[in-house]
Amino acid sequence: MDYNASFALVRPELLIGISSLVLLLIAAWGEEKSARLVSWLAVAVLFVAGILLVPTLHDGAVGPQTQAFGDLFRADAFAAFAKALIYLAAIGCLIVAPTYFERLRAMRAEYPILVLLATLGMSIMVSASDFLTLYVGLELNSLAAYVMASILRTEGKSAEAGLKYFVLGGLASGILLYGISLLYGFSGGTSFTVVQAALAGDMSTGELFGLVFVLAGLAFKISAVPFHMWTPDVYEGAPTPVTTFFATAPKVAAIALTARVALDVFGSQADAWRQIVIFASLASIIVGALGAIGQQNLKRLLAYSSINNVGFILLGLAVANAAGASAMLVYLAIYVAMSLGSFVALLMLRDDAGNLYETFADVAGLSTTRPLLAWALLMLMFSLAGIPPLLGFWGKVVVFQATVEAGMVALGAIAIAASVIGAFYYIKFVKVMFFDEPAGVVTGKSGAGHWAILGICALLISPLGYLLTPSLGDLADKAATALFPLM
Amino acid sequence: MIQAIAFYLFAGLMIASAVMVIMARNPVHSVLWLILAFFNAAGLMVLVGAEFIAMLLVIVYVGAVAVLFLFVVMMLDIDFAELRAGFIKNFPLGMLIALILFVELFVGIVAWNQGHITLGTADAAAAATGAESNIAAIGALLYGRYLAIFELAGLVLLVAMIGAIVLTHRKRPDGARSHQNITRQVMRRPEDATVMKQPEVGKGVDL
Repeated sequence: MDYNASFALVRPELLIGISSLVLLLIAAWGEEKSARLVSWLAVAVLFVAGILLVPTLHDGAVGPQTQAFGDLFRADAFAAFAKALIYLAAIGCLIVAPTYFERLRAMRAEYPILVLLATLGMSIMVSASDFLTLYVGLELNSLAAYVMASILRTEGKSAEAGLKYFVLGGLASGILLYGISLLYGFSGGTSFTVVQAALAGDMSTGELFGLVFVLAGLAFKISAVPFHMWTPDVYEGAPTPVTTFFATAPKVAAIALTARVALDVFGSQADAWRQIVIFASLASIIVGALGAIGQQNLKRLLAYSSINNVGFILLGLAVANAAGASAMLVYLAIYVAMSLGSFVALLMLRDDAGNLYETFADVAGLSTTRPLLAWALLMLMFSLAGIPPLLGFWGKVVVFQATVEAGMVALGAIAIAASVIGAFYYIKFVKVMFFDEPAGVVTGKSGAGHWAILGICALLISPLGYLLTPSLGDLADKAATALFPLM
Repeated sequence: MIQAIAFYLFAGLMIASAVMVIMARNPVHSVLWLILAFFNAAGLMVLVGAEFIAMLLVIVYVGAVAVLFLFVVMMLDIDFAELRAGFIKNFPLGMLIALILFVELFVGIVAWNQGHITLGTADAAAAATGAESNIAAIGALLYGRYLAIFELAGLVLLVAMIGAIVLTHRKRPDGARSHQNITRQVMRRPEDATVMKQPEVGKGVDL
């Protein structure tokens, strides 16, 4: 294999990997004082890595010239699309983190480095074209995520979140590995190409078991029902900047990975996995909509909202054609903007002393104390609910369109009905903010970084975001074609 | 002939030491028996021609894992008698699990012998040629075809290390009691630490 060509293909990953090592040295000598510097350098690194993706994304690179290290790694347009979303989300999470941790005197220079390494893991996940690469990338991401969840180790909730995430993540990895070992045994290779070739035609029972276990392991990672139990607890317990990260970047990575495995490796057996994905999708939409209704904590509410959104994304996957994959990617991009915006807005619910608030009771009457924040949250919630002028509606439309065009009308109808149920709690959020007696606790001001991210997210999901839909749809189409090279 | 003798020697010793691992009263002895079991397993691996796995067993399991076990057993105050107290109560459950495992093995072997399981054939690039030793073949794959993944695995270990340090290391404030300051200890004079008092009869001393 040609190492020079391979290294050229993995430039973003090389950049992130090497700079995380350099930043680690800065952190080792600079200690806590260098935390802000390391954060900003990490943001710069991710930004440059994102720029390196532009050619791949723009040309819609597919085929053998995107394979690096002898088909262990595939830097195609699909991977580049997912990576761009991951890097942007990670940048957002890095910018809002220092303020939160400094108030608790818990800002560690290692935090941004863990984010970088987790991002590297995700980057490898979405580019994997061998089950070994997939697993190593997944573990790199998960291991960093476990540490980040429990980084406030003196706080019971954070430690609990880290432990739960660790134990259930380990279980998911075990299930995934078991599936991979079955696939390896029955197909004779770990490379996606080899497994794909072995699965063509009639599938043996052993291979079917492997397929089911791999999908179950991945469903854990994307927190699709029935493997969603950890999500509300981990999202609530982890420090809010870490939750912001969990709800955006790793979700994109795990969903992109699931899509590649399902559509590429298991592509010839779409009928075998479609029913699993349809079940997971509908169950996620319904559980996400119903589970959120009784929640008082806003982080738990958003956790259920993310389960609900994963259901819609899986709906695009269940279609199992290029249009469905493209719809899925468009939804994913819009989801990242909505999710990042909502969690950053939660990080801005602070009083004069900087203490954070995160329950319904605290945001009551927010429109009188912090009107701008309340309006931004209103847009985000309406967009998550899929109410027309906002971009969240567009995401749902493209997914439903793909479903209906593929002849799965009943599926789309159930999903629409469930999304109406889901709209209840988003509207309740808005009602509490605008029509309840002001609680008057959220009075503090937030920094420019928070406002900038919230502003960008709000702008993207506003009706102005529709100006971007042609180019977003174009990029998503190019990325989706990379998964279906023959068509 | 000599192979059969070696096999029964290793296998017999391994089963005996495995039994001793759970029967020994002293947990430290248990770990020592475990090490003996690992050595015999390594011997069995050499017999089937897997010399690399044999070396790994000795280096990794005996050299690192068992020693770690020893440390843990010696450092933690675990009441092993209490742990063993449920043995009789859980015995039927244990036997049931053993029976299930045995049946699974049996069914698996029968199915395999009758040709009901068709496994895939290893893809050409990864298949062993048989011309070179196991270690050379593994090395060629690990540092050739899978080099990128090997390096990434190194990064995973780095993350584990950073994580362990981030979660456990804390800076103690200067002058905290838990820190031993040798200079201060040496500089300490008797007059700083002791006071002469001559209490009156029947009265105490104010300290």
